Amino acid sequence: MASGTRRIRVLMAKPGLDGHDRGVKVIIHALRDAGMEVIYSGLRQTVEQIVSVAIQENVDVIGLSILSGSYMGIARRLMARVEEEGLDDCLVILGGNILERDVAGLKALGIAEVFNHHAEMAEVVSYIRNNAAAGAA
Amino acid sequence: MAKPRDNGAKKERRIRDAAYNSGKPVPVVYGPDSPDESYREKLGAPGEYPYTRGIYPTMYRGSLWTMRQYAGFSTSADTNARFHFLLGNGQTGLSMAYDLPTQLGLDSDDEAAQDDVGRLGVAVDTAQDMADVFEGIPLDRVSVSHTINSTAAVIQAFWLIAAERQGVALEKLRGTFQNDMLKEYIGRGTWIFPPRPSMRLVADIIEYNAKHCPRVNAVSVSATHIAETGATLAQDVAFPILNALAYIRELTGRGLHVDDFVPTMSFHLSVGGGVGPFNLLESIGKLRAARRIWARTMKEKYGAKNPKTMQLKFSTGNCGSRMAAREPLNNIVRQTLYTLAAVLGGTRSVNMACFDEAFEIPSDESIRTALRIQQVIAHESGVADTVDPLAGGYAVEAVTDQVEEEIQAIVDDYESRGGIVPFIESGEIQRLLARQAYEHQRKISEGEQVWVGVNKFTSEEEDRMSAGEGLYEADDSALEKQMARLAEVKAARDAGEVADQLEKLARACESKENLVPYLMDAARARLTVGEMTGVMRGVFGAYVEPSVV
Repeated sequence: MASGTRRIRVLMAKPGLDGHDRGVKVIIHALRDAGMEVIYSGLRQTVEQIVSVAIQENVDVIGLSILSGSYMGIARRLMARVEEEGLDDCLVILGGNILERDVAGLKALGIAEVFNHHAEMAEVVSYIRNNAAAGAA
Repeated sequence: MAKPRDNGAKKERRIRDAAYNSGKPVPVVYGPDSPDESYREKLGAPGEYPYTRGIYPTMYRGSLWTMRQYAGFSTSADTNARFHFLLGNGQTGLSMAYDLPTQLGLDSDDEAAQDDVGRLGVAVDTAQDMADVFEGIPLDRVSVSHTINSTAAVIQAFWLIAAERQGVALEKLRGTFQNDMLKEYIGRGTWIFPPRPSMRLVADIIEYNAKHCPRVNAVSVSATHIAETGATLAQDVAFPILNALAYIRELTGRGLHVDDFVPTMSFHLSVGGGVGPFNLLESIGKLRAARRIWARTMKEKYGAKNPKTMQLKFSTGNCGSRMAAREPLNNIVRQTLYTLAAVLGGTRSVNMACFDEAFEIPSDESIRTALRIQQVIAHESGVADTVDPLAGGYAVEAVTDQVEEEIQAIVDDYESRGGIVPFIESGEIQRLLARQAYEHQRKISEGEQVWVGVNKFTSEEEDRMSAGEGLYEADDSALEKQMARLAEVKAARDAGEVADQLEKLARACESKENLVPYLMDAARARLTVGEMTGVMRGVFGAYVEPSVV
């Protein structure tokens, strides 16, 4: 199969201690219905575990879901790990209750896009289609 | 014409006076002139089996529901100040929020805890923290609801020790420990151990409290988190009832009868959560139906003799999934409707999400507003003056019967297949709710279900809250402050005694003994929640999530 027609592979992950997983599961269903392959990490994963699964599964996208408000520290550590592992092609996006005032700081850390409470499922799908390496090629 | 009925309520407690606009007195309760068979069987007077009309004869004319907003953050000193603020504003009970590390058995100095210490609740590492949270708050006078599950046995031990230090006898304590592990696997996610040892811990607390502190509800079987995970209105009563029946079997398996312990079990039912459209009448009918189902189940299937076993005691609330981030002040109206449904459905306590719930933990303004909603309904609406005022109405009785049938069908289905536990272990319930949550979201995205200000009647105005204005500000110094407190407690301990307590606790975990007294000893010796949980994890193992999507 030529690259570019390959199905987009996404790891949806719940880092930290947050147990709210309704949103992440809704997004997983939406991405699958849009034809993507989605792996779900389960709850309470460390950044090391998430990056290691991303490498093993050769994903195009890491989607983080954080509703505990603890996103800054997690994003900082995860992006450092992503850089260490040289996952330059991997798109890292974040969803949850993320305050507007923090979005610029998150993007400066290398988070490609932030989807807060207002985001529609279709926006997440089309963003990934337009920006993931496999989809855009 | 229905006539006011007395039903002997005045003997029970002092009744508040109430008058209509005309000045005529408001009767406590209305009912049929001559109650027929059908009335006695399906409704009964308030305070009478099957308790459809409420578990007390006088309800809010005797005493109003407890107004209790969820609060707690940062360190014990900060939470103590918030509690004094709420009590000073007329709140009548406390509902304590614990931070995630405390809920997951991690000490504040644990590396895995660093992002979350004091973030979504107060950090409680030792019995000292608990004592400080309740400084100046007499535990024999203020009831406290504790949202704690996996570590409930440890945290309850801390609280009992705090009461002991205030000189309050255990039997005088009033409160509730959520201690509802099965719903954690379904929806809330603060599990640590596998379901079977978790059930033992739940049962240990129920058994202990029934004997030693009967006014402390040992479990609050919770619907709200199940609802918010993606349950329908009928499922959000059926699944908690199924969970409660699983706990009951754990206790009856120890040789106890339902009358020995069910009176210490309470419920937290959902109003204004879940998937599908909200309907005021259907929500009221649901609460009435839930009481009838519970009463009949306890009496007919479990042979209950004690009325307290048959009376479904519940608080009500929601977790905020319908609290929109767009035009957030509209949420005040939503919560007013949900509170009204809870009150007309005969709740004993209300704890609703706040209007800024989508953004942050509540600000002082939003938490006060949530309390004011309850106070306005209590004192300015008149609905608290008449017990079960909608009873006998064609619509409310039909919808009560309808919801009862729906709930009972789900309960019977799972019970006939061995109860709910295997279906939680396999992830079947979780998969079902995730699918329903997705369908709900799709309907909102496509405008099939109206959400005012979000997918219909929208404005272009930028919300001040999206920019972070007026929101609660997390205390970035909580981690540092809490680690210093913990280090101080740890430094003052006797290492030999700590090791001795850990050893005793491990042996108790391996036995079938009730763990509560061991945990209280450990709490007195200033062991931490992390140390005690670590011992339990060593014996019980760790839970591995089934694949749920």
